[in-house]
Amino acid sequence: MLLDALLLQLGYNATLVSVGAALLGGAAGISGTFLFLRKRALVSDAVSHATLPGVGLAFLVMVFLGGDGRNLAGLLFGSAVSAGIGLLCMNWLTRNTRLAEDAAIGAVLSVFFGFGIVLLTVIQTLGVGRQAGLEGFLLGSTAGMLLSDAMIIAGGSALALMVIILMRRPMMLVAFDPEYAAARGLPVHHIDMLMMGLVMAVTVVGLKIVGLILIVALLIIPAVTARFWTERSDRVVVIAGLAGGASAYLGAAISASAPNLPTGPIIVLVSFLLFALSLLFAPNRGVLAAVLRHQRFQRRVHLRQGLLALAQGQPIYEPLTLRLLRRAGLVRADGVATDKGRARAAKALRDEKRWELVRSDLAHEAAAALYDGLREIETVLTPDQIRDIDCRIGGPQEVPA
Amino acid sequence: MSGAEFVPLSLTPLLIGIFAAVACALPGNFLLLRRQALIGDAISHVVLPGIVVAFLLTGAIAAGPMLLGAAGAAVTAVILIEAVRRLGRIEPGAAMGVIFTTMFAGGVLLLEQTDTSTVHLDVEHALYGNLESLIWLDATGWSSLWDLEALRYLPPELPRMALTLLGVAAFIALFWRALKISTFDEGFARTLGIRTDLLGLALVIMAAIAAVAAFDAVGSIIVIAMFICPPAAARMMTNRLEAQIGWSVVFATLSAVLGYVLAGYGPLWLGAADAVSAAGMIATVSGVILAIAARFGPCRHRAGAPAGV
Repeated sequence: MLLDALLLQLGYNATLVSVGAALLGGAAGISGTFLFLRKRALVSDAVSHATLPGVGLAFLVMVFLGGDGRNLAGLLFGSAVSAGIGLLCMNWLTRNTRLAEDAAIGAVLSVFFGFGIVLLTVIQTLGVGRQAGLEGFLLGSTAGMLLSDAMIIAGGSALALMVIILMRRPMMLVAFDPEYAAARGLPVHHIDMLMMGLVMAVTVVGLKIVGLILIVALLIIPAVTARFWTERSDRVVVIAGLAGGASAYLGAAISASAPNLPTGPIIVLVSFLLFALSLLFAPNRGVLAAVLRHQRFQRRVHLRQGLLALAQGQPIYEPLTLRLLRRAGLVRADGVATDKGRARAAKALRDEKRWELVRSDLAHEAAAALYDGLREIETVLTPDQIRDIDCRIGGPQEVPA
Repeated sequence: MSGAEFVPLSLTPLLIGIFAAVACALPGNFLLLRRQALIGDAISHVVLPGIVVAFLLTGAIAAGPMLLGAAGAAVTAVILIEAVRRLGRIEPGAAMGVIFTTMFAGGVLLLEQTDTSTVHLDVEHALYGNLESLIWLDATGWSSLWDLEALRYLPPELPRMALTLLGVAAFIALFWRALKISTFDEGFARTLGIRTDLLGLALVIMAAIAAVAAFDAVGSIIVIAMFICPPAAARMMTNRLEAQIGWSVVFATLSAVLGYVLAGYGPLWLGAADAVSAAGMIATVSGVILAIAARFGPCRHRAGAPAGV
């Protein structure tokens, strides 16, 4: 059943939803990345909640004009207008008053959403009926999706992608370093507004599939996921787009394969799963990688300290150190050093002495800066230099008869 | 309007609305100054899965387990956000966005998977609450306030919300000095020996308790609005924390009263038959108050910002 859904074999409606969702997820992941790198991820929360009054007002206007209140294009237009107003309010509050951005986000979010709820109850009490579709905008509803709806979603996502491709360089510059961008003469404020406009477009387009409360997840989670895998901004954008598209496609397919699995929440949970996997297993930035790195470092420190202790004839009590030395064949089970162990220990002690000279010699200042107690001296100095230092150390002194 | 009509139908919802608004606005003042204003938003989203899980475990809609479930979910969310932030080295806003949307999605999914047709539990209810239905049918007029028999049938949300408000106010009064110092200068607070990390956590937990209790009575939308709008408006009125808290209480009360009245009677004045959502209207009124304060408040500009910018 799930395989059928993944291969688009579950009928017309499911196919429309899957393809539409994948496009939307890709566009959301990509435009969300800029927002995330700009450290303004939660602005999307304000934008998405601010769409609600627009939906309500558009419905009322269309009904009073004698049309069908549920025309998707009309509703989306209304939601875009009110999201835009919300965005302007938020910007005005942060620029012209003492409120910080988070407070402005919260204020716009709650007030617009509250007003939207008032409008929804007005629609209910007006008795115009046929309003059932509007609640679907809160959590998304894909049951009655039409081809025209899918076309709107596809068109909107494609448009957003095109704008991003055209404007990616200035947007990335502003996301990373707004002061530098301003010094370069870029209109930072306008580019910020463009970013917000893209987020707004994705939100509006996504209302139908995932709903306004959960679209925030599609804008934030793929970008955060992608950040784990690379340190290069262009790759973050691409990976975020892929992660968003894949989780939306998978989520839509899973939700089509069984009853009672609402599309929006499933998409969000799939993308969270991707996020959790990345958090744990990503190379470099992942938790597992960090744990391994820490263990490797710990072993090197223990081994090094153990060798120095052997060289100076001190007893070793630390169990981990003993175990590591034994496993490397440097000490016997009773804690006495083997021949190999004695050789390595002598080398470790000699290296320590070499480092001491290097660090006290201003001529080797650059090399001395690399000293961290673990680095092999051969990786820093040439054989000639080491020989030179060895001459200065000289042979064994005060050898007992 | 006579007492015979006002007391049973409007007095209790009005009082619950006021208590909820003030209980959220009080900790909201500190959250706003600490740049944690969106904690209220996150908490009110994650309360949904907590309530659904509590319902699944107990199989009934009872206040106690639901409150416990919601509080548990709020604490879980705070821990998860912190874990994602530290383990993944992600900025707090994005970490918050990841966790609260996921938990909310989980809540919606659980809700769709369980059969809740026999009980009153759905997403809409969680969002806008049901302030209008918290009526006190046993009251016959003002005299009922002294009638023990009638008082026994007060909606249980009223004493619960009043207790929550008292608890929040007591917490703030008790830790006033420490809260004030650590909000404005955390480093200085630490040199005085104040455990700022514990205090910050306690503040968030207090906010969560207020949010959960208010959520039970009035829905999540008021919770978010009351955490932010009245303190933000109060911030435009004064530079003193004491005065700011006073203003925020006034604004919260005003929003609750005006919002309730406009929602209940406004449509009737306009000739419509039914009332609109009180929760939504209270949030809207608080927004209007904030807009007025942001435009005309005496302290609306950033300190040091040039005038007229």
